[in-house]
Amino acid sequence: MTNPSLRAEPTRRDFLFIATGAVGAIGVAATMVPLIAQMNPDASTIAAGAPIEVDLTPIAEGQIIKVTWRGKPIFISHRTKQEIEQAQSVKLSALPDPQSDQDRVKAGHDQWLVVIGICTHLGCIPISKSGEYNGWFCPCHGSVYDTSGRIRQGPAPANLPLPPYRFVSDTKIEIG
Amino acid sequence: MSGPSKFVPRHPALKWFEARLPIIGLMYDSFVSYPTPRNLNFLWTFGAILSFLLIIQIVTGVVLVMHYTPNVDLAFNSVEHLMRDVNYGWLLRYLHSNGAAMFFFAVYIHMFRGMYYGSYKEPREVLWIIGVIIYLLMMATGFLGYVLPWGQMSYWAATVITNLFSAIPIFGETIVTWLWGGYSVGNPTLTRFFSLHYLLPFVIVAFVVLHVWALHVVGQNNPAGVEPKSDQDTVPFTPYATLKDLFWFVAFMLIYMWFTFYVPNYLGHADNYIPANPSVTPAHIVPEWYYLPFYAILRAIPDKLMGVIALFASIIVLAFLPWLDTSKVKSGRYRPLFKVFFWIFVADCLLLGWLGAKPAEGGYLIATRILTAWYFLHFIVVLPVIGLMEKPLPLPESITADALAKHGAKKKVIAATVAALAVLVGLSTSTRTAQAAGETPKPPQLTWSFSGPFGTFDRAQLQRGFQVYKEVCAACHGLSLLSFRNLAEPGGPGFTTAQAAAVAAEAKVKDGPNDQGEMFERPGRLADRFPSPYPNAQAAAFAFNGAAPPDLSVIAKARTYERGFPTFVFDIFTQYQEAGVDYITALLTGYEDTPADFKLPDGSNYNKYFPGHAIAMPPPLADGVVTYADGSPQTTAQYAKDVSAFLMWAAEPHLEARKRLGFQVMIFLLVLTGLMYFTYEKVWHDVKHPPEETPGQGTKTTRA
Ligand code: FES
Repeated sequence: MTNPSLRAEPTRRDFLFIATGAVGAIGVAATMVPLIAQMNPDASTIAAGAPIEVDLTPIAEGQIIKVTWRGKPIFISHRTKQEIEQAQSVKLSALPDPQSDQDRVKAGHDQWLVVIGICTHLGCIPISKSGEYNGWFCPCHGSVYDTSGRIRQGPAPANLPLPPYRFVSDTKIEIG
Repeated sequence: MSGPSKFVPRHPALKWFEARLPIIGLMYDSFVSYPTPRNLNFLWTFGAILSFLLIIQIVTGVVLVMHYTPNVDLAFNSVEHLMRDVNYGWLLRYLHSNGAAMFFFAVYIHMFRGMYYGSYKEPREVLWIIGVIIYLLMMATGFLGYVLPWGQMSYWAATVITNLFSAIPIFGETIVTWLWGGYSVGNPTLTRFFSLHYLLPFVIVAFVVLHVWALHVVGQNNPAGVEPKSDQDTVPFTPYATLKDLFWFVAFMLIYMWFTFYVPNYLGHADNYIPANPSVTPAHIVPEWYYLPFYAILRAIPDKLMGVIALFASIIVLAFLPWLDTSKVKSGRYRPLFKVFFWIFVADCLLLGWLGAKPAEGGYLIATRILTAWYFLHFIVVLPVIGLMEKPLPLPESITADALAKHGAKKKVIAATVAALAVLVGLSTSTRTAQAAGETPKPPQLTWSFSGPFGTFDRAQLQRGFQVYKEVCAACHGLSLLSFRNLAEPGGPGFTTAQAAAVAAEAKVKDGPNDQGEMFERPGRLADRFPSPYPNAQAAAFAFNGAAPPDLSVIAKARTYERGFPTFVFDIFTQYQEAGVDYITALLTGYEDTPADFKLPDGSNYNKYFPGHAIAMPPPLADGVVTYADGSPQTTAQYAKDVSAFLMWAAEPHLEARKRLGFQVMIFLLVLTGLMYFTYEKVWHDVKHPPEETPGQGTKTTRA
């Protein structure tokens, strides 16, 4: 490059190259947006994830039913007196993930426990009414949950999560 | 790719790696230091453009597969799901379908360039033959992909093309049954086509690698057709060829994006928005435009087997080109006689393409036969003979001599292109008004708020149109691809979520099975689709004497009318995409008293715009049948327009987003093209204007 015109105005030349490169790079980056966005949940999946209503009347005391919301199993447990007592009497300091039973149910609806039935370890579905604490037992790697769905033993780090829900009436909840 | 690498690694880690796998050296030699003739014109960038297009096709294709379902019952709807629900799904699909067309467009330029400049001649015969193989693979891939959306054209293309093999004597039927995996085109056919459509692009990639390898062994041909003699004749691939390729690729993207964003369905067929129906063949069945010349050749021959042989021969003959052309001179530029015949051949191919889309009868058929004969004569007689008798012009003594001498010719080419474009545009505007009065009158071209590059829907019109649909059309016609939630989505009629939910709640939706194992009905929810008025297609057909009312979800894209030449060319520039709505509006208002000389079959009605005029649907609209709340005129004409606009939205719910994004992309590409152009000019400055050619400060100051 012996052309003096190029040496005389290096900034202008460099600016042109940098601008072209930058605009090109922006174009490539923008192209990635649709390619990435298309893998997010589509509109029909999002719409299908709308809140669902569950009628609680058919659930007998001591029974646990499983409903599906957004493809996840939701356990609705109609707890017995004894189960509630068990859940409430535990010392919080004895829990790996301390949370009181009151914080896990809606006020005035102590008998209804609603949890997402997915083990917080690696996502298996725990078996109801089993394990040492009479709550849930996860067969995959042996995590044990109590009647409040709290982790008591095993590799899982946290309690069974609570889905967003509210009582529409005393016998009906809306999940989501 | 041959000889010791010019790449000298400096970093010790790189040295260590190169000693074990010299891939960086390979890349360096192939795409950086590789010498390319300095006089290449823009036609030589199409190889790079094609490589980029192949990548785009593969990337978008892999993404489409994530949402597509290869099943005869689900394929059509899964494509529509992609277009409606998946984030940017419409964009990815339009990129893929228009990308295929662009791929062929580019490959045809690439091939004609090779023919004009004799790029197939010694020592590039193998390079050329690999190219012919790639072209064959492309045709197969394009065909297989076209079947996947499982519309009417997909289905019948699959039937017709596979039936080509039934022409084979004795084994024909067995082979076709084997191709189908059944006794007709069906689910096994679709699934294997899907598998192969995914496989073949990677086979193409493999052949492209061979193509590039062969190219880098023998070196590029160039417009002068003389081989490089000194280092002066070539420039390194990077930055010279790289920048030139990129500049022209970005410029090419402008065309590609114009189609994708503004006329995405222009190159497709309306009939392919009708789900496949094995018992009804569309009236006009034509392949995609890029197969038309070959389709014409097939139809030119009145014998089944000979037709198929001619079809394949017309492609295979290309592979023999290196030996059919007897001239030692490569570039057509120095062959006065060849030049003339070359352009005759190009015209022959274009005309064959045009005839391929016309009915095979009368004058069209005779013309097709003459042109088919010429197609083969060109290869078998013209090329060998003119090579022997023609007296070529003197060749330039070197590439450098050519590069520095040809500025006049370039201006002439540009002037000719501009003139041709002007003639084309002039022709199309002048003949737009002079449409011949055919059997079926053409629907009047109405003004729509959603036409053109900045078109948006008129919300009030969509709401009125929905009202007309609900109160009139919905009694017989389904809208099964739409969900109630769509009514409240941006870019649509602009109902509130509460209004849409209320519409949904009015509908009865079948759900279940419940805990007792029974199906039950419940009020609709936002996420539900519009329920069909009939439990199944048979019930619909039975209720209407066999003529089932079509679903209206994509009807605005599934109907069109013949635009005629040259209007259809002009439509690309005016972005005319409203053939469907114009037709539907005309149809809804086109009921007339039966003319005395027309025999109307029982149970049908006379409609001016319906092909054949006898339509089963009685006039659905009449003045005053729908009461508008917004004071719009309650006339048939107004109802028809409103419901058509609504159906356009139903067929293309992301139309507004498409046009909006399209504008941004076009602006971006224009800026990038400009920048690329100046960068390219700057880098090439020394090559195009060597210092010894332009001494003194004078020229430099004028360029600064
Ligand atoms: S997944 Fe439940 S214990 Fe591991």
